[in-house]
Amino acid sequence: MDTQRLSRALECLLFVATEPVSMKTLMEVLREEEECLRNALRLLEERLQDSGLQVVQVAGGYQLCTRPEFAEVVARYLQPQPTKLSRAALETVAIIAYRQPITLPEIEAIRGVQSEGVVRTLLQRGLIQEVGRKQTAGRPVLYGTTPQFLYYFGLNSLEELPELEELNLSEGNQLEEKEQPALQM
Amino acid sequence: MASASAMVLHLPVFEGPLDLLLHLVRENKVPITDIPIATITDQYLEYLRMMEEMDLEIASEFLVMAATLLEMKSRMLLPKPPRDTSDEADEDPRAELAARLMEYQKYKALVETLQTWEAERKQWFFRSPDAPMPDYELPIPVGELKPLLLLRALERLLAEAVDTPPPAVLIPRKRLTLRLRMVEVWRRLQWAQDGLRFEQLLDAPFTKWEVLLTFLAVLELMRQGKVEARQDELFGAITLWAHQEVGDGHTAA
Repeated sequence: MDTQRLSRALECLLFVATEPVSMKTLMEVLREEEECLRNALRLLEERLQDSGLQVVQVAGGYQLCTRPEFAEVVARYLQPQPTKLSRAALETVAIIAYRQPITLPEIEAIRGVQSEGVVRTLLQRGLIQEVGRKQTAGRPVLYGTTPQFLYYFGLNSLEELPELEELNLSEGNQLEEKEQPALQM
Repeated sequence: MASASAMVLHLPVFEGPLDLLLHLVRENKVPITDIPIATITDQYLEYLRMMEEMDLEIASEFLVMAATLLEMKSRMLLPKPPRDTSDEADEDPRAELAARLMEYQKYKALVETLQTWEAERKQWFFRSPDAPMPDYELPIPVGELKPLLLLRALERLLAEAVDTPPPAVLIPRKRLTLRLRMVEVWRRLQWAQDGLRFEQLLDAPFTKWEVLLTFLAVLELMRQGKVEARQDELFGAITLWAHQEVGDGHTAA
């Protein structure tokens, strides 16, 4: 298939797909080399410039989604439930993402607070999962992030997470500017 | 107190003692590695006192940290005993706390990044993952479920349902007592030359109650010195033997 046709075929697949489609699946279905598909994907993205849709790379696959500039209109139609993770949940999932596999006591040591409840919430929301047990006394459960974690934050892979050390360095100045409301004493 | 009511609006909520400490460190504009413990401890305790005044529940972790800070403060106030060995360098009691704060700070900073991503991701809308419609049926629009459609769904389900009544089963009640169980365990162990694993004392299917009773029976027999048990590893199999010293003359069986 030439790139033009291939990009249209890709458009069809991504139109009907309800989950991110991996490169591997695309190669199997379209019976084409990765290189050709990448070119076709680029072309599709170009062609979609004039449309309300875009191709995104998320959770290890490609998916068609609406452009952010029309989010408000789409939300008015779909009326999604506004759900946000709490600060505690974000803090905990960040720790798990960087330090996985990690046990509950290890999470609690970093956060300095009990974290059983928040870990349970993250499990229920499918953002983390049990990935094994640590071979120490009591064999505590080890937790790691799920593909749903990537999907939730719009990441393609864990490698997209910023380097922790870099983040720490730049953060010093940044926080000086953004002071929290002062403690009244 | 007029100021107390004003504080209600201003008292920030902290995720934990480290969160509060970081806030104080930043407010005082001091480096994490060189915290003025006396000042920070006073401010920390002041915050706890305010929380108490406002009848907020203070998590135990906050109190643990308060104790740690007070201990550190008092240790730093005391003159250091002269040391004869210089190789044991003076350890800054604040070092461990500083390390924890640095570590915590990294993840705390990430929260904002994640929040941004979360918000950005919510701007994308994907096709909803409903199962593809069989028979080319028109999907039901959001929020428009008609009684007729519900009825049809019910009919479909009922058509698939199997119409056999559950078989009636008579469950005989087993008479179980610790005494009977002990006799049984003892009898079985005497037959087994190489001993038996604990599981082998139970006949499947068995109830939790039977497992407990069997375990109690074993414990009791061990106490009486009639049975020996061995477990080679944690949570491993328990092997049991009838104690040979006890003559056959006064078996329980």
